[in-house]
Amino acid sequence: MDYAGVVFLEILYMIAFLALISAGLAVVFGMMRVINLAHGEFVMIGGYTTIFCNRAGIDIWFAMLVLAPLVVGILGLLVERIVIRHLYGRMIDTMLATWGLSLLMVGLVTLIFGNTAVSVQAPIQSYQVGAYQMGGYNLFIIAISTLLMLVLWLVLRYTRFGLIARGAMQNADVASSLGYNPQRIYMWTFTAGAALSGLAGGVMAPLTGLLPSSGSLYIAKAFITVITGGAAVISGTLASSIIFGAVNQVVSFGSTPVIGEIAMLALAIILLRLMPQGITGRFFRNST
Amino acid sequence: MTGGPSFGIGRVRWAWFIVAAVIALLLPAVTNTNTPALLLIWALFALSLGLMWGFAGILSFGHAAYFGLGAYTYAIAAMTVGESTGPLLLAIVLPAAVAAVIGAMMFYGRISDVYMGVITLVVTLILFKFMNATAGDAYRIGSVRLGGFNGIPAFPILNLPGDPNVTAFGTPFYYVVCVALLLCYLLCRWILGSFFGKVLIGIRENESRVELLGYSAPLYKTAIFTISAGMAGLAGCLFANWAEIVTPGVFSLGQSAEVIIWTIVGGLGTLVGPIIGAIVLGFLKLLLGQQTVIDNSLVLGLILVLVVLLLPSGMLPAFSRWRVRRERAVVSRRQASSTRRRRGVRGESGP
Repeated sequence: MDYAGVVFLEILYMIAFLALISAGLAVVFGMMRVINLAHGEFVMIGGYTTIFCNRAGIDIWFAMLVLAPLVVGILGLLVERIVIRHLYGRMIDTMLATWGLSLLMVGLVTLIFGNTAVSVQAPIQSYQVGAYQMGGYNLFIIAISTLLMLVLWLVLRYTRFGLIARGAMQNADVASSLGYNPQRIYMWTFTAGAALSGLAGGVMAPLTGLLPSSGSLYIAKAFITVITGGAAVISGTLASSIIFGAVNQVVSFGSTPVIGEIAMLALAIILLRLMPQGITGRFFRNST
Repeated sequence: MTGGPSFGIGRVRWAWFIVAAVIALLLPAVTNTNTPALLLIWALFALSLGLMWGFAGILSFGHAAYFGLGAYTYAIAAMTVGESTGPLLLAIVLPAAVAAVIGAMMFYGRISDVYMGVITLVVTLILFKFMNATAGDAYRIGSVRLGGFNGIPAFPILNLPGDPNVTAFGTPFYYVVCVALLLCYLLCRWILGSFFGKVLIGIRENESRVELLGYSAPLYKTAIFTISAGMAGLAGCLFANWAEIVTPGVFSLGQSAEVIIWTIVGGLGTLVGPIIGAIVLGFLKLLLGQQTVIDNSLVLGLILVLVVLLLPSGMLPAFSRWRVRRERAVVSRRQASSTRRRRGVRGESGP
């Protein structure tokens, strides 16, 4: 019984983790049809921001929940203004340019902080489930991921900004004839996506040590979650997070974590072959 | 060279080809062959991607999968057989076969560019993760341990067919690489000049029109994907012989990124472009590796961003456009000066 509880919590944690690290990429891909291959580096920089602000004496909660999204959001704004805005509508070129950016950021972070691992203590203690020791911080991640999805849905569905953003994505010409500048909307959407990536990085920082190359740990998982999910930001991300999280953890418990991850990647290939438009391209068509 | 779309199917410029071949073959008289051999192996790898991407419009975000498969196949087969001719052929055939399966799955499934990018990338990631996790004794093929992160060392290197005692090491190995590259270049030219190549370029320009003419685009795309993967496998096999060890690093994302950067910087839609791109950027990478101030990935990343933004077709096409423009400018200026009898305009550059 305890063991079943542990497995259940681990599956829940994996789903929350996937949703958290994919949210930023999903907003940018779903709303703008831009695939940001530097997403992993945004997450990594969010983590570095948290750890180094914490070392400078700033409260860790403030650092991860406010400073990390802020810093990475500003970085995203710069990236959009300097690079991305010249490449709208050229999907492959955007992928190549953001891949270049990802290498560039890895190089810069290596140059500044050195190629050594940095880490920070998790601010929540572990607890007992029967005979098993569980990380309390995992529960925090499940909570924050749920909250994030909820807020994202409320913003897109019920606020004026969400309405304008969705309108501009559906038909940029109509939005611009109604007086909303699509360029500006794209800019803020990309910035918001980057800030979400920064938040994910900040929140994940205490769990995993960080290296300049840590972004590559996140990009593949976020990438397959978002693409398999399809164009709908929230339902797509949730659906594929649930599928991949469950498969990864169940296979991992049955064999090794590496086999679990390989099973998840192989499943992604199969799902894409069966549903080339993603899950939400076939089911839940009219969802957000 | 007076403009007009040639769609890249130029004939072999034999004069240039012979000059390049002579320089390459005489190089061992001047310098150590270790570095040039590596650069030419990278050039072959870039050529394989350039053929597929530049002429059929198929971009693989994980071309390192086939490079790495070639390297691993050669290492495992050579250790099992103890001789190199069969393993060399297998290192071409196996990656090609894997690519044929994956390619058929993608192209007959009508999967769009972006999703293809994901699938090719994920295939490489699976191989990378798997090979990294094969450290135990349980992971062996025949009697060869896969060795996980440490890779497979000490396999037999290339030898004369039929005589395992005469091995290609040092300068002879450089000649093997050189000849392989020249032959593959000629093969690519022949493919592009053939009927098959013309259909491929048609697919790149307008896929639905080619399909309406009755050609099966998935068939042609799968075929070129397979050929390109076989060539990448050959490059991987040569790389294994150069390094004398294969590690999971051959499957890494960095390897896939590098070959894309070499190809696009050198020039899409040309065959010489990727070769030059690989040699120049590969040399730059080796130079940067000798110092610790500037990180290699910083420079590569910066180059990729700048090329995508400023020269989306790459260096070589940009250079030939610039040359055509300059020639035209010179001609029109001469006409202008001869008709109006004016002087002093010659110092200015073209528009």
